Amino acid sequence: MINKIAPSIEAALAGLQDGATVLIGGFGTAGIPNELIEGLIVQGARDLVVVNNNAGNGDSGLAALLKAGRVRKVICSFPRQTDSHVFDGLYRSGRIELELTPQGNLAERIRAAGAGIGAFFSPTGYGTELARGKETREINGRMYVLETPIHGDLALIRAERGDRWGNLMYRKAARNFGPVMATAAKKTVATVHEVVELGQMDPEHIVTPGIFVSHLVQIPRVATQAGGLKKAA
Amino acid sequence: MSYTPRSKDQLAQRVARDIHEGAYVNLGIGQPTLVANHLPAGIEVILHSENGILGMGPAPAEGQEDYDLINAGKQPVTLLAGGAFFHHADSFGMMRGGHLDICVLGAFQVSATGDLANWSTGEPGAIPAVGGAMDLAIGAKQTWVMMDLLTKTGQSKVVAQCTYPLTGIGCVKRIYTDLATLECSPAGLRLIDLVDGLSHAELQSRVGLPIAA
Repeated sequence: MINKIAPSIEAALAGLQDGATVLIGGFGTAGIPNELIEGLIVQGARDLVVVNNNAGNGDSGLAALLKAGRVRKVICSFPRQTDSHVFDGLYRSGRIELELTPQGNLAERIRAAGAGIGAFFSPTGYGTELARGKETREINGRMYVLETPIHGDLALIRAERGDRWGNLMYRKAARNFGPVMATAAKKTVATVHEVVELGQMDPEHIVTPGIFVSHLVQIPRVATQAGGLKKAA
Repeated sequence: MSYTPRSKDQLAQRVARDIHEGAYVNLGIGQPTLVANHLPAGIEVILHSENGILGMGPAPAEGQEDYDLINAGKQPVTLLAGGAFFHHADSFGMMRGGHLDICVLGAFQVSATGDLANWSTGEPGAIPAVGGAMDLAIGAKQTWVMMDLLTKTGQSKVVAQCTYPLTGIGCVKRIYTDLATLECSPAGLRLIDLVDGLSHAELQSRVGLPIAA
């Protein structure tokens, strides 16, 4: 019997090696798998490369992982925010590496990894400093920049509902990077607020089929902004 | 002659007037979001948000905020009936693939031929952050910029060549400003309209570039 439901976050994250590349879903307050990030801090792997749209807010979640000195490099599109002081401090003192990528190229590089694409030409960023040193090509009169896939050793995503086969549904704009990152890592761990029996999710509504998911951990819905809801639904 | 610059709301109104029925539109962070408040009554326009929303509606009533439903600026929004959610690669595929009709962005500088600089001032020591700016700039069928024409010190933000780091090359089609609306093309600038009391000659001298009538 297939059962991807892990008994704990600790069990789901066991075996993560130092130096791993970790894809972490979320955009703003929506879809950030904070419980799994906290689990990473406890798990203890170091020298990580983290891929996320941002580079942490405040002092919790991704910022706490950075603050704990576990992250060697961040690949993201928008590190600078009003409360990104942890990243800002590490970056300014040269203790963290940054690979800045336009957001659409970031999403597509992750998608390409999951889809087995070797590299692709994107028009985004052509002629800008973010394309410096990259191969370019004119195709049908338009200029493109060669972009390479971003493979993860581990993807951490936040979903809404799942079953023991690993099928997932998301909630509103908390979907963001989740379905793409789930495809691009050797191992994908998702938190869900609700575990249902096989067949209870309409197959037409499953967004991430279980083939892309290794482990599922059920977590309570937290009535905070970071948890995705100000008030419990 | 004296003239009064367009207020932020008047400028948003001016941009909104040019948005057509049925348009798929992305409004950038900051000033462009004001355009949503001035869309002509009686037409349907579908707003796109880069984080995976089509059919984005206005801000929710106080107490109704849902932090799984936010816009690109991370503020809570609502979803109109008929709206849809999708993942990030699809969302940026909509942009890059030329499916959005209009994208309205703020800018530090725009060149006469439509080069855009709006993501970085290139200040040493500043932490670079680009977000979706480069994808938006080159993706939509039409990219419009909305900004004050002059800096606080009176220099034109419409320039022969951008001195700030570029976001995209030749991607801006129109520049809506507090003093005038301009069209960019490989041939240079063309005047669409200007505020009452400002002459074409005075506008050209403020910008310091030829502007075709």
